[in-house]
Amino acid sequence: MPVFFYAFAAISIVGAIALVCFRNPVSSAISMVGSFVGLAALFIGLNAYFVGIIQILVYAGAIMVLFLFIIMLLDLKAPSTFKRSSPMVIVGGLIIPFTFVIQLSAVLPEVRGGNPQALPLEEAAKGFYDKDRDPDKQSEIYNSLRQKSLPDVNLVGLTLFGHKGDNTSIRTPGYNFPLQITGVLLLVATVGVVALSLKKKKSKSGGSES
Amino acid sequence: MASLQEYLFISGLLFAIGLAGVLIRRNIIVIFMCLELMLSAANLTLVAFSRFNTGENGLPDYNGQVLVFFIITVAAAEVAVGLAIIVALYRARQTVDVKDLTSMRG
Repeated sequence: MPVFFYAFAAISIVGAIALVCFRNPVSSAISMVGSFVGLAALFIGLNAYFVGIIQILVYAGAIMVLFLFIIMLLDLKAPSTFKRSSPMVIVGGLIIPFTFVIQLSAVLPEVRGGNPQALPLEEAAKGFYDKDRDPDKQSEIYNSLRQKSLPDVNLVGLTLFGHKGDNTSIRTPGYNFPLQITGVLLLVATVGVVALSLKKKKSKSGGSES
Repeated sequence: MASLQEYLFISGLLFAIGLAGVLIRRNIIVIFMCLELMLSAANLTLVAFSRFNTGENGLPDYNGQVLVFFIITVAAAEVAVGLAIIVALYRARQTVDVKDLTSMRG
């Protein structure tokens, strides 16, 4: 029985429920950090170490600190002035996700490939053997796979950036163009944030003076 | 190790909780956090399929994890822009309650 799976799944589910139920936005943000840490542990349990670490660094670290910063900047404590949603909204907001979960549990038994298997690391290492190089100067991926550890970051990087050689068993053109587009997106987001947070002092004062 | 169905069920449950939060809550920042939760639930689906659909060499399908990487990057940009919009909104209207922001209602 996968104890760790159930433990971390419970942590992430409880954190998510607490996120919805807490009145205080600061408590919601903290419980969401807990939920994301549980989710990152689930990623690591799925042998996706890189994604798990990125989840902790970016989501639980950077994004949630940004949320907490904005909540405290806007000074949104005020549970005393908390206004509850109308009962109709609460009922509707519970019925729709509940219907979704029922549909999901009806579909899930149809899903194929549910048998968990250990990764055949030493078998996979043969695909990464490079005949043109010395046996003791093989790639990091080959050496790690031979030592029965999954070189997760190297394999993600190989898939992300692509490669030309056909001696390895991952054949992908890479995602270099989407990566460049993402960089442009981040730049545009930065410029947009600066443009949004500029105060329109000139038009306001000009309007009041004239 | 748990089966694929269990991972997909946990992911769907997280997505449903996030959806409930978006529908129920009135604080726009909490709504935004629930949106992030829904994105993360989708990431869990992608990673689970990546792990269980092993390729010819027996390793996970890393294309799915690269997609998760891109989703996390875009989510970070989205959070930055969204929070800037919320701060601008708070400056203009002095509220974060969606019930008070009905000028777009038809």
